[in-house]
Amino acid sequence: MLAYFLKRLLATIPIALGVTVVSFLLVYIAPGDPLNAIAPADAPAEVISALRATYGLDRPMPVRYGLWLERALHGDLGASIASGRSVVSEVLAAVSNTLLLAGMAAAVGVTLGCVLGALAGYRVGSSIDRVASAVSVVGVSVPHYWLGLVLTIVFSVKLGWLPAMGAGPGDSEGWAWDMAHLRHLVLPAATLCVIPMGIITRTVRALVADTLNQEFVVSLRARGLPASRIFRHVAKNAAPTVLAVTGLQVGYLMGGSILVETVFAWPGTGFLLNTAIFQRDIPLLQGTILVLCLFFVVLNLFVDMLQPWFDPRIARA
Amino acid sequence: MNTAMAAVTLIDPAPAVAAAPGRSYWGLVLRQLRRDPVAMTAAIVLLLLVAAALLAPWISPADPYKASMLKRLLPPGSPGHWLGTDELGRDMLTRLIYGGRMSLVIGVVPVLAAFVIGTGIGLVAGYVGGWVNMAIMRTLDVFYAFPSVLLAVAIAGALGPGMSNSMIALTMVFIPQVVRVAESVTTQVRHLDYVDAARLSGDSALGIIRHHVLGNVIGPVFVYATGLVSVSMILASGLSFLGLGVKPPEPEWGLMLNTLRSAIYSQPLLAALPGAMIFVTSMAFNLLADGIRSAMDIKR
Repeated sequence: MLAYFLKRLLATIPIALGVTVVSFLLVYIAPGDPLNAIAPADAPAEVISALRATYGLDRPMPVRYGLWLERALHGDLGASIASGRSVVSEVLAAVSNTLLLAGMAAAVGVTLGCVLGALAGYRVGSSIDRVASAVSVVGVSVPHYWLGLVLTIVFSVKLGWLPAMGAGPGDSEGWAWDMAHLRHLVLPAATLCVIPMGIITRTVRALVADTLNQEFVVSLRARGLPASRIFRHVAKNAAPTVLAVTGLQVGYLMGGSILVETVFAWPGTGFLLNTAIFQRDIPLLQGTILVLCLFFVVLNLFVDMLQPWFDPRIARA
Repeated sequence: MNTAMAAVTLIDPAPAVAAAPGRSYWGLVLRQLRRDPVAMTAAIVLLLLVAAALLAPWISPADPYKASMLKRLLPPGSPGHWLGTDELGRDMLTRLIYGGRMSLVIGVVPVLAAFVIGTGIGLVAGYVGGWVNMAIMRTLDVFYAFPSVLLAVAIAGALGPGMSNSMIALTMVFIPQVVRVAESVTTQVRHLDYVDAARLSGDSALGIIRHHVLGNVIGPVFVYATGLVSVSMILASGLSFLGLGVKPPEPEWGLMLNTLRSAIYSQPLLAALPGAMIFVTSMAFNLLADGIRSAMDIKR
């Protein structure tokens, strides 16, 4: 078991390093001089070269990567070119908002997906199975930014039940666990939960239907085990795959929420990325991407570590 | 040989005739697909969308760029404008038809490009094996560590907004996924006896890949790629929605959805139309891809 954990941990290191390289290289595929964003167009050559030295832009690329990585490891991702504030503090504030939204969406989506998928898997070909198929097709086909707009139209514009924008009432700073804030979370989370719901429904349905067809279930039935006990066997067989898919989905939601955050003006990483891109603020773009991806890598590692708890065979392989 | 064939035909002509048009694997797949009502409906919807996009200049009732300040945000059902007009008074039906051109191109082209490039890289990685395989696959693992939307936004954002940049970004998102499928099939095929036989008989590596490996690899990769089209449609229009793709005044569904957002209070139905087009298209691609997948699942 310990060997499995160590192996997984070691395998993650090169991936994490690779992620830093890709994030770093993003600066280089950006056209134009990053200094254009700070230096006035008519700045004299000496000022430009002084600025270049300040930001370390006059050094060769591998050196710059090394310096950048060293600072990043110390929690310093530089300063935002546009606002001058520390990238790390801006990113962390936004990540907590995104995490809240993605976490809520995943929790709702996965729960509903598991219930619907299990019901469909138990009754293949029934009307609930057809509902489940429809949900999973719609879940993966719907442009979620459009769904967000439609939900806004129905529940904010027409019915006036829920707020359409922001993460809290008017002038409130930051998140709080009260009704006023939760009301703001409902629409974005409902929009975003459709994606994991569709995929989890499909996965669970296939797993449950498959497990129920296996001989050991037939023999359990023959021995007269009650349905609830048999369900426990089915659930245990489905758990590792569902867990793995859920982990991936939470990661995708962290990244995918950018579009939904734009629709609902949710102050998360999507909002931050938008600002970074349109103000050509490359350090902020780089920092946000890096933090989100490292989060995704760690999340996958965590899921891998949990797997053997459900299925010890995974650790022995 | 000829006489034997003739004898078979004489004894039982029916199966020979029936099998003749669809004897090939792809012929069988097509026949299977034609019996799938859901996939056929999806295919017809897509055909209509493609036909409308191709024939846009001839079937559109108006000029997609002609604005009119007097006729802004007319509701669907207005005289002369069946689906109303947008925030600049341009005919909505016309712009939705023209929008299909852009949206289909920016959604389908990245998948095609990734299909070609990814299959190429996957074939090399799988066939050559060894350290080349290691280098390619471990590099791609890194791209797998990026959630796809985030990678697309990051690349498109760094390259700067624009239609071609958004297509490049999506192509780069899909290449690693296609390579994984192509590589795993190639690795399986490479060790089959008939490939060894071809190598022993002195066939060149390129020749073996072309004649013996490609045919086996293309099917699974094709199925995978068809499944990517709907994702690509949503992402491509999503990038335009964010302002990272097609630029105004070009008609494109994602971009139209964005510019009409201000109208959700005055003309909600109008504001939702472009997104409904993306939804229908992406759903049709999804259902067709499901149909193709199960049709190709027949035993050869």
